[in-house]
Amino acid sequence: MRRSVMRALSALVVSAPLAGAQVVAITGGTVYPVKGPKIENGTVIITAGRITAVGAGLAAPAGATVIDARGKWVTPGFINAATTLGLVEVGAVAETRDNGVRSPNGVSAFFQPWEGLNASSVDIPQARNDGLTSVVTGPGGGMVSGQAAVIDLTGDTPEALIRKAPAAMIANFGHSTSRGELFAKMRDLLNDARIYATRRAQYELGNTRTMAAGKADLEALQPVLAGTMPIVIDADRRSDIEAALRIAREYKLRLILAGGAEAWMVADQLAAAKVPVITGGILNIPRSFATLGQRSDNLALLRKAGVNVIIISDSYASGGGFNAGNVRYEAGNAVSSGLGWDDALRALTLAPAEAFGVGDKVGSLAAGMDGNVVVWSGDPFEFATRAEAVLIKGRRVEGPSRRDQLQQRYRNPAAASSTKP
Amino acid sequence: MRLMTSVLAVLAIALPLGAQGTARTAPPDTSRKPVTYVAGALSTPNADPFPSTYKARPARTTVIRNVTILTGTGQRIDNGVVLLSGGKVVSVGASVNAPADADVIDGAGKWVTPGLIDTHSHLGVYPAPGVDANSDGNEATNPNTAQVWAEHSVWPQDPQFPRALAGGLTTMQILPGSANLFGGRSVVLKNVPGRSTQEMKFPGARYGLKMACGENPKRVYASRGPSTRMGNVAGYRTAWIAAEGYRRRWDKWLETRAGDPPTRDLQLETLAEVLRGNIYVQNHCYRADEMMQMIDIAHEFGYQIRSFHHGVEAYKIADVLAKEGISASIWSDWGGFKMEALDGIRGNLALVHAAGARAIVHSDDPVGTQRLNQDAAKGVASGAALGISISPEVAITWITSNPAWALGLDDKIGSLAPGKNADVVLWTGNPFSVYSKADKVWIDGALMFDRSNPRSWWATDFELGFVPVVMGGSR
Repeated sequence: MRRSVMRALSALVVSAPLAGAQVVAITGGTVYPVKGPKIENGTVIITAGRITAVGAGLAAPAGATVIDARGKWVTPGFINAATTLGLVEVGAVAETRDNGVRSPNGVSAFFQPWEGLNASSVDIPQARNDGLTSVVTGPGGGMVSGQAAVIDLTGDTPEALIRKAPAAMIANFGHSTSRGELFAKMRDLLNDARIYATRRAQYELGNTRTMAAGKADLEALQPVLAGTMPIVIDADRRSDIEAALRIAREYKLRLILAGGAEAWMVADQLAAAKVPVITGGILNIPRSFATLGQRSDNLALLRKAGVNVIIISDSYASGGGFNAGNVRYEAGNAVSSGLGWDDALRALTLAPAEAFGVGDKVGSLAAGMDGNVVVWSGDPFEFATRAEAVLIKGRRVEGPSRRDQLQQRYRNPAAASSTKP
Repeated sequence: MRLMTSVLAVLAIALPLGAQGTARTAPPDTSRKPVTYVAGALSTPNADPFPSTYKARPARTTVIRNVTILTGTGQRIDNGVVLLSGGKVVSVGASVNAPADADVIDGAGKWVTPGLIDTHSHLGVYPAPGVDANSDGNEATNPNTAQVWAEHSVWPQDPQFPRALAGGLTTMQILPGSANLFGGRSVVLKNVPGRSTQEMKFPGARYGLKMACGENPKRVYASRGPSTRMGNVAGYRTAWIAAEGYRRRWDKWLETRAGDPPTRDLQLETLAEVLRGNIYVQNHCYRADEMMQMIDIAHEFGYQIRSFHHGVEAYKIADVLAKEGISASIWSDWGGFKMEALDGIRGNLALVHAAGARAIVHSDDPVGTQRLNQDAAKGVASGAALGISISPEVAITWITSNPAWALGLDDKIGSLAPGKNADVVLWTGNPFSVYSKADKVWIDGALMFDRSNPRSWWATDFELGFVPVVMGGSR
């Protein structure tokens, strides 16, 4: 039952209903296509939810809805690649947390949290007002947390939200146990998943020894072992990152490194292994013995070494739905610490899109891409800048968030007691 | 208020700290208003048992010219000049008379502000790395621990201090955590290296009392009580009743000095000093309705709440805060993580400001405390979205003069005016741009951080050997 539902969800790609062949033209802005230089006086034309043209000075087609972007900056919709959006509503309220599994062996590879995705999360309207059009939302905790999904931030049901699920396996090289023990457990798990794949029939008959995890976990790891699903490993200390690189090499895994406090120390290795790194642009505190080398120019150093970087503002474990849109300030801070502005933009758009397997549809502005576009009042990394128009698959999605409603109600606090409900 | 403050400042200088007998200056029984203030003045026999041993570093006469100045008093001076000498701000204006031997800094394209102040910090009491052995911020053993003092938990080697300095932070109030109804005394620190916490203590700064509303105390003490908000309120009131009796007994003895003094009680001593107006209440409280309850409790017992901390719903009662003279130490955009934080909005700072109350950007976070300017910038942007226009010269007061007021130190810090301590930040650009960083930071006129000279950066003892030394990246 569960698996068939999941398969049905997984099969969904893009099928949001669109009102006819509606045409939107965003005209006159400075367009940042990401896969190419910026275009002054650029036009982005979106037809029936897909971008059909991007270029300088293109005229809006007759009948198109025109968004005047003169003096504005136009970018692909931003993607926050590490959130719990739709999975955690109020962090301290257990009944609103659907992002973790308490698994005795620390392995819940089977876990596909998007079945419990809350499309009505009040944080979703806020996130899209802030210029996010997609996020990766995923599980946290344990050694193997489960699988993450890429969702677009519009839709009434999980099916409508999901762009790609599963998109990645999430794992953690934390320090809950001796490091060597954890790495051995990880290898044991991957070995057993391999063995399981060749002995499914015997397994079903009970003719195999006890495996390191249950059937659902062993099944779920197959695409990871086949290299068709990336595995995000959260690791901070240099030696933990090197262990992740080693294990990825041994099992031919498609590794994405998250956390990566000391990634700058092994930047060359990460670049050579073509491992993208998901990390923030602000942290510089040795908050634990695993992050003694945490520094605010981590992203800049990684990029300089040729690493494909992805900027996030939180982690799967720590949550991050309420202010998921603040990821753009992480980018701004990363730029102030030496990351190139264009690299920062890429790290919020194309880089996460490609790492999570949706780069053919989102993350850049070009004909054939989905119409996930944001018109900004200025430099999107600046505090004073606002997302003025946010389009997902060609449709405007801005609107009052719960927070907007509250602050309108209390615009004049002394009069609020008499406000109509 | 301003007059009162300056009178108190004079007294604080005239009377040696910790001297017995200073208590005689206090009126005996009835006063519930701030009286002659000396740190812990009415704690007998020793008013100041852990005195500050802070010493300002050698300061050079310094001129910063050709710079945009935000004074912290609501003014902006373009192409201005600041003169620092003897550890004080000497003059601020379009031009100054600078001595020939002054260090001259050309601030072309740069901005100058007062040193930033955080009313809500746990640096030192929740240091990095965050291991249990150094987790000293919450004495979560009793709902009332007014007897504990945060300064006895501060680890001066916390590597978070120098990182905050590199963000322009020069003064901070270190608070106990929020597990308890009464968490204990705060301490105000200068952001300087010290072998002891005493070497960091802001001379003459008064203590604060950390109080906490709502979810945290009732969660921590669920099994023994208080386990409800009404239990919380009963806990505050019971304690204040005891404190009032203690204050009366002591004040009577202090007046007559007849017979044996009453027995000292560290817990009641702190609370009594609040009732005398000598210690300010710094009240962790999220919800508007709970803040209103706390205001009534303050009225019942005749003390002042100096600042509500976190106050994610301050905007709902901004008019009341203005009327009551209570500041709001708040974030620009944080909330949502628990029920009492659910109604956090981004317009909080702007709405509090617009209602005429004192808005303060606080951090409660070692990352946020490094960039109070950025949080203020977010508050400004959110104000603009509500049609509330806030200029940089006003926004800077949220992180300088307003927090200085909340700590009772606005006569010394928080603004660039002649005679004020020379706590100054030179920014690489507009401090409300994401691309600006603190370039140089002075405390009492001494250059404490210079971005251009990584070799000069303060690294705590802990960092030696543990934190990789590759210059540039950790500040």
